[in-house]
Amino acid sequence: MAIEYQYPEYEVVRDHDRCIGCRVCERQCANCVHAFIEEKERMTADESKCVNCHRCVALCPTHALKIVKNAHTFRENANWSGQLIREVYRQADTGGVLLSSMGNPQNHPVYFDKILINASQVTNPSNDPLREPVETRVFLGKKSHRIERDGRGAILPKIMPSLQLKVPVLFSAMSYGSISYNAHEALARAAEALGICYNTGEGGLHEDLKKYGKNTIVQVASGRFGVHVDYLLSGAAIEIKMGQGAKPGIGGHLPGSKIFGDVAKTRMIPAGADAISPAPHHDIYSIEDLRQLIYVLKEATAYQKPVIVKIAAVHNIAAIASGIARSGADIIAIDGFRGGTGAAPTRIRDNVGIPIELAVASVDRRLREEGIRNEVSLLAGGSIRSSADIVKAVALGADAVYIATAALLSLGCHLCRSCHAGRCNWGIATQVPELTKRLNPELGHARLINLVNAWEHEIKEMMGGMGINSIEALRGNRLMLRGVGLTQKELDILGIRHAGE
Amino acid sequence: MREELREGNIRIPSGCAVSGIFNRKGTRFGGEAIIRSIAVLHERSNGLGGGFAAYGIYPEYKEYYALHIFYERDAAKTETERFLNRHFDIINLSKIPTRQMPEIKDEPLIWRYFVQPLPTKLAGAQLDEREYTARCVFRINAGIEGAYVFSSGKDMGVFKAVGYPEDVGRFYRLEEYRGYCFTAHGRYPTNTPGWWGGAHPFALLDYSVVHNGEISSYDTNRQAMEMFGYHCSLQTDTEVIAYMIDYLNRKVGLTFEEVAEVIAAPFWQTIEQKPEPERQRLTYLRQNFAAELITGPFSLIVGFKGGMMAINDRLKLRSMVTAEKGDFFYAASEECAIRAVEPALDGVYAPKGGEPVIMTLENGE
Repeated sequence: MAIEYQYPEYEVVRDHDRCIGCRVCERQCANCVHAFIEEKERMTADESKCVNCHRCVALCPTHALKIVKNAHTFRENANWSGQLIREVYRQADTGGVLLSSMGNPQNHPVYFDKILINASQVTNPSNDPLREPVETRVFLGKKSHRIERDGRGAILPKIMPSLQLKVPVLFSAMSYGSISYNAHEALARAAEALGICYNTGEGGLHEDLKKYGKNTIVQVASGRFGVHVDYLLSGAAIEIKMGQGAKPGIGGHLPGSKIFGDVAKTRMIPAGADAISPAPHHDIYSIEDLRQLIYVLKEATAYQKPVIVKIAAVHNIAAIASGIARSGADIIAIDGFRGGTGAAPTRIRDNVGIPIELAVASVDRRLREEGIRNEVSLLAGGSIRSSADIVKAVALGADAVYIATAALLSLGCHLCRSCHAGRCNWGIATQVPELTKRLNPELGHARLINLVNAWEHEIKEMMGGMGINSIEALRGNRLMLRGVGLTQKELDILGIRHAGE
Repeated sequence: MREELREGNIRIPSGCAVSGIFNRKGTRFGGEAIIRSIAVLHERSNGLGGGFAAYGIYPEYKEYYALHIFYERDAAKTETERFLNRHFDIINLSKIPTRQMPEIKDEPLIWRYFVQPLPTKLAGAQLDEREYTARCVFRINAGIEGAYVFSSGKDMGVFKAVGYPEDVGRFYRLEEYRGYCFTAHGRYPTNTPGWWGGAHPFALLDYSVVHNGEISSYDTNRQAMEMFGYHCSLQTDTEVIAYMIDYLNRKVGLTFEEVAEVIAAPFWQTIEQKPEPERQRLTYLRQNFAAELITGPFSLIVGFKGGMMAINDRLKLRSMVTAEKGDFFYAASEECAIRAVEPALDGVYAPKGGEPVIMTLENGE
């Protein structure tokens, strides 16, 4: 039926004067957009298959290609956007749930962009991080103010399970299966070199990556894939995944087509079987059940590892976090509604959850009001896009941040948001061997190191500008922030003042 | 002054001068010395606040808490005294003697009470005596409009006002007091005429703080202290520093050396060079007392029962020297403030960033 036809969203523009017919684009495109017409001896493109991932653009030796947004349009309508119309057509065609990948692209307010950072002038000096120490090291875990002393009065330093990070940044959970082995290797090696941590996600830990255990957070999610005692013991911390910002209230589904070989083995499931993570943990229907799982994991690891509980930022986040802090967790990771995913129902991704800025500010406040802020550290994730976002997140009360989209971007991701298709041309969100080999873990890990080092420099410059020479003194330091263009209610929730006040 | 522009309603950064004199033997000496010392630092203040803390000045009442209270109106005094009568035995009360002088204007009513917690109330509260008294001070300051307790220790007192410190000293007739330790402060707020309560020293129980600097960690420190039940009503650096010292020393039980290692923690690069178990101990303190680290410039003189501590921020972004002569120990923003009192010093020392210089009475009193 003719209404099934949808005009392509993108146009592949080829400069035929530049094109030498080398067919690199054709070989590189897993979506089979490009083709060579023998009789005309020239390239052509089927734009309907294009996801705008820029692989062909980046590899074209003569820079003959560009992808532009198609000017083809529906009649303008402020209510019914072209996107919505197309989605209705697709659902009428298939009867299916719309799927999407990566973070919420909708035009919701980005509070980070409406917050400005302070700097010293006259009354106190700024610090120059090139000349003076500006410290970014953080410890994540419980803090105790109960001092014990030996007979001679010397403090007995109690060793509490904690994570030590050189920079307040961690790579957040992405499972082996949803991303490639090479991507995991790049993350693990970068985390080790940077003195930070990466997170296995719920796909288990590949045997060859065990050696990065000191820099690994092992995740336990509702599917319990790859969880066994050696796995728990091999990480530096254990994360219980209760929710994800991109799809709060929803589980996960890794299709059987991605589950073969090492992916199947690492997940401890048969090849070809779909890996379905239920929406809830079926042994956690309430907070007291969560407490049991936390202590099960602590028992299994002799109370040596901090336990992180990761939750999606939802409406009642402050009360939920308070409950978790009282349930034995050492760290709470909050994932904002802009956080990424390898696959989520579009409507969930775009409509469920709340912004991380508001969530972290209100959780930090609630925990302080209840006098339990020292019981847990707070991790903020769900679209931390730059060093400035990190500074703002920390000043709003986070101890450190989780990044994933930014990490994938540095590995080559172009945010085409098609991970769920499994044909990632950059070798990240795919298990197809011809594609995964495109990601060189050596180069990838170097780029991740560059990114975090660059951000560290920028964080230090901003901290130095404020006259703060240790990140501990930035945490929750809301006086260093001002809002622009925010309502009084928004300012109150963030706990900051308006610029000029 | 417009109500909304005073401390507590806005945050006012300020530069300053500090000075302190301590006699290790506990020999009491007159208050004129500290006035002479801080007067030399006139240029470091701007007439918007000055004050003194004096230890060992009330030997005849040393068993009782000496409450110094500003009242802005009679009603506040009536209400406060009703509160005090409900919670304490008032052993003695009087106006604090002052001297009328043109340099000091707009004075509130300034009263002094020697009190002791009512035993029944104290038992009912299940608190130790000091915590009980501190909580009562918070209740007056937060709850009674126009009343402000600015000194609440035993055998010590704070005297402060809006004005240059040397004028404030003469106003309070400080030369008539004799103590073993005096600290002084001259204030240079960047903003608006200061309020009497906003002048330094800031004190809680026996702890008093004079401070020069503007700390960049203020809001982090404030939030940490508010979580532990302190109410930062003035929004000044000195207030939160005083609470941190009270919290760390009195409530957590850290020694003053350890308090210094928390508020002006050594840099990680320094800690890593330390041998074990020192490294582990310092790491432990930084890890667990992260929110109690103070960043930004400061020089502090902390007075406490039987001792005095001088300390700078860890980068030493504010000046501070210490010196000794016989049984006397001195600390001040500038050496001239010490030489003004004692020209022939045995030794002058510039403490390094974050290095505390702590003096306590030799007899351990």
